[in-house]
Amino acid sequence: MAESCCTTGGQVMILACSGGSNVGQLSNQAAIELTQEGFGKMFCLCGIGGELSGFVQSAKDTPAMVAIDGCAVGCAKAILEKAGVPQRAYLVLTDLGIEKNKDFALQRDQVDQVKAAVKQACATLPRDAAGASGCRG
Amino acid sequence: MEIKVLGPGCKKCQETERVVKEALAETGVQADLVHVTDTMEIAAHGVFGTPAVVVDGKVKSVGKIPSKADVISWIK
Repeated sequence: MAESCCTTGGQVMILACSGGSNVGQLSNQAAIELTQEGFGKMFCLCGIGGELSGFVQSAKDTPAMVAIDGCAVGCAKAILEKAGVPQRAYLVLTDLGIEKNKDFALQRDQVDQVKAAVKQACATLPRDAAGASGCRG
Repeated sequence: MEIKVLGPGCKKCQETERVVKEALAETGVQADLVHVTDTMEIAAHGVFGTPAVVVDGKVKSVGKIPSKADVISWIK
């Protein structure tokens, strides 16, 4: 038996709306890069929307979680509310002054702006709690 | 009833299995208890972390050791 399979420190669950606009795809790209950099771990908002129990229960049981909506339509927020997942860290990218459009050629400075905003939004999350009682896959 | 404990075999996964066994013994509920250690099979359940508990195909707990009371509420 392994002594422990748990990672050290907390893993932030990152849920991006990944929608069909520049801001939706900025949320997606930021989630990818923050995962690659070890800040957190992108998780499937789609699985929560589909009410698949593994995804829904994972979101409910993860204390350190951030939801990123591209615009004020708030699809990610609505999915979490429908699934009964408590809102934790949350941000809307158009609130950062990024204009919503259909230009999918993402700008580096905007991706970096979103990543910084996500990190700031997560500043008050219980990072130590995430993964403290279990193993994060 | 089928109960799965998902976890690669660490102490917390073993403890979760123990809690489930205690809940079954206390309630007298008959169930097939399986400890799933295969990472691909664990991933197929869509869980963010382990240990996790699945009762009749529905994930009930993720990333923590559930209380015996919680397990009893899932199986009764």
